[in-house]
Amino acid sequence: MTARPHTYTKFKEVQSELERSGSAIYRDAEGVESLIVRSPYSINYVHSYAEDSPFFLGLADGKLRGSKCRKPKCGFVFATPRSHCMVCGAPTEWVDLPNKGRVHSWTTCHFGSEAFLKETPYNLAMVEFAGVGSLLLVRLKECVESDLYVGMPIEARFESNPKYSITDVWFVPSR
Amino acid sequence: MARREGSTVPARANTKSKSSPKRATRVRTPSPKGRRVYMVTGGVTKFAKAHPAMDFRLMVKRAYDYALKGIPNLTADRIDGTRISYFSDHFARQLKAASMVQDYLGMNPKGSVRIEWGGATGGECFQAAYEAVASGRMDVCLGAGFETMSRVPTWKGNEFIALASDTNFDFPLGGFYTGYYALMVVRHIYEYLRLRKFQDVTDEREAQRLAVEEGCRIMSLVSVKNHRNALHNPYAQYPKRLTVEDVLNSEMISYPLTREQICTMSDGAACVILCDEARAKEFTDKPILVTGVGTGTDTMRLADRPFGHVPLLPHEKAKDYEDLRYPGVHSFRAGRAAGIEAYRMAGITHPNEQLDFIELHDAYASSEIQTYEDLGLCKYGEGYEFVERGDPFLKGIDYGFDVPRAGAIPVNPSGGLIACGHPVGATGLMQAVFAFWQLQGTIAKHFGDPTLQLKNARRGAIHSHAGTGSAVTVSILERGFR
Repeated sequence: MTARPHTYTKFKEVQSELERSGSAIYRDAEGVESLIVRSPYSINYVHSYAEDSPFFLGLADGKLRGSKCRKPKCGFVFATPRSHCMVCGAPTEWVDLPNKGRVHSWTTCHFGSEAFLKETPYNLAMVEFAGVGSLLLVRLKECVESDLYVGMPIEARFESNPKYSITDVWFVPSR
Repeated sequence: MARREGSTVPARANTKSKSSPKRATRVRTPSPKGRRVYMVTGGVTKFAKAHPAMDFRLMVKRAYDYALKGIPNLTADRIDGTRISYFSDHFARQLKAASMVQDYLGMNPKGSVRIEWGGATGGECFQAAYEAVASGRMDVCLGAGFETMSRVPTWKGNEFIALASDTNFDFPLGGFYTGYYALMVVRHIYEYLRLRKFQDVTDEREAQRLAVEEGCRIMSLVSVKNHRNALHNPYAQYPKRLTVEDVLNSEMISYPLTREQICTMSDGAACVILCDEARAKEFTDKPILVTGVGTGTDTMRLADRPFGHVPLLPHEKAKDYEDLRYPGVHSFRAGRAAGIEAYRMAGITHPNEQLDFIELHDAYASSEIQTYEDLGLCKYGEGYEFVERGDPFLKGIDYGFDVPRAGAIPVNPSGGLIACGHPVGATGLMQAVFAFWQLQGTIAKHFGDPTLQLKNARRGAIHSHAGTGSAVTVSILERGFR
């Protein structure tokens, strides 16, 4: 590729103004210059929980709801609900999950997505419930990294001021 | 092209969990009736944290020009069409970016399609190009991929990646892929180290703490291996001479995974050119034959993974895994399915004997170990021993510790994702290019350093993997010349 021209008169005139917006000339090791500009980007999504809605509405009532395959021969119970059975394809019905379970696996996140960085460190756990065929991923509170182990008995707590998010439920060590 | 319906992998009777789905994991038997497909060339840009002086079009162009260099008969007019891969429209902030690659390369009005399948995007692009040629639709197909991840800060980038997890149930909890992989390895360590190596320790917390310590020490060996291999790969983003202590003492990202056990975000591009037999022989005297392709999937949510039975490879027996509830959250069923399909097509019955090396998707040191087991390099549960014995290490490289069986089956001789970087849409194609040079015996020419060239490498596998193993591809490449 041919060398880029080096005549940025106008840019230099308004450089300080541009730099306030985060724009800049980047010069690499070979002296190749590139113009860098910044453009913020945000959007308010309109998101429907659709067929998963009863789960999130249930959290506001302090209820943990899973789904059970309606086909008697199958009857698979999902801790994370789905309106059709993944095993046999039949429709499912809503069932109450136990409020108590055990840690199937866990981690403590010391970093996270930008949106959650301010909440670090936080614990994640996959919960297994007796008689339920799949797991539920939740936040685990009121405990620290050194307390946690696979098999630990835990129980659900619910947000009294619901945000209609999966974070309306969390688990704590059973006492 | 017609495909015959295949047999399925037999599953054992359901003896354990009452709540497990009572069905076998079916894996289709491929019936390769298509044309023989060869890789004739490839190119890669150096992967870097950022390439501010190149946008994605120019990166792909650089990789493409490199691929064409030295093959006088292979000019743009000989290419029938393209398959172009990138993972995230969020990172690109340019929808339909593949169209801009297509026109930058002067490929209009030839056919193309954008390929996206999470972290396995590059591997899927390779197989899409394979299918274009195998089916007879094209004689020569360019597969090109890229990612520009530097346009957003690292933790915003993590957010974009985590949007490739369920946004109802998973993302709002913290939206963090390292966290998801940490959940998987904590369980893997529990299954295979806590229950097997520390079964005599009675205090449960203490037993698990010891098991995690042991698991992390062994994962660190993998990180040291890949970073040190990369010292001889000029394309790698993070070649480093690390010690086990360096890896263990690096910043904790999500327990128990530390920074040096995790790949980084990158800017980069890679491309491959695949063609039929007649053109392959015209273009090069060192063509590489694609003898197997396989792909598999699993649930998007980790929480939905079943507790069933292991789909067996030919060298395994059902009784090997009588007590194992599979895949749970400890193993990648998609990787196993992809391996079964690719091996069967390539006629591989004993992968660790019949493969000379593997370029494997080590987004995490933990997932490299889990993948050894999925691909049958060792049995489920033997991944940690496999590392300690030294099987996946290279001969002739000083890792700073003993590797008794170094060279048994080198894994990630290039340095893998951990050391090369992971510009998602390019990564699986990068593996194809490194494997191609390895099989051609041209590593010294392309790397300017002969150290990583395996002696007499005749057959290798490449393995590309999407979020928590929700999709995996395996492709087998073999020397197509004497």
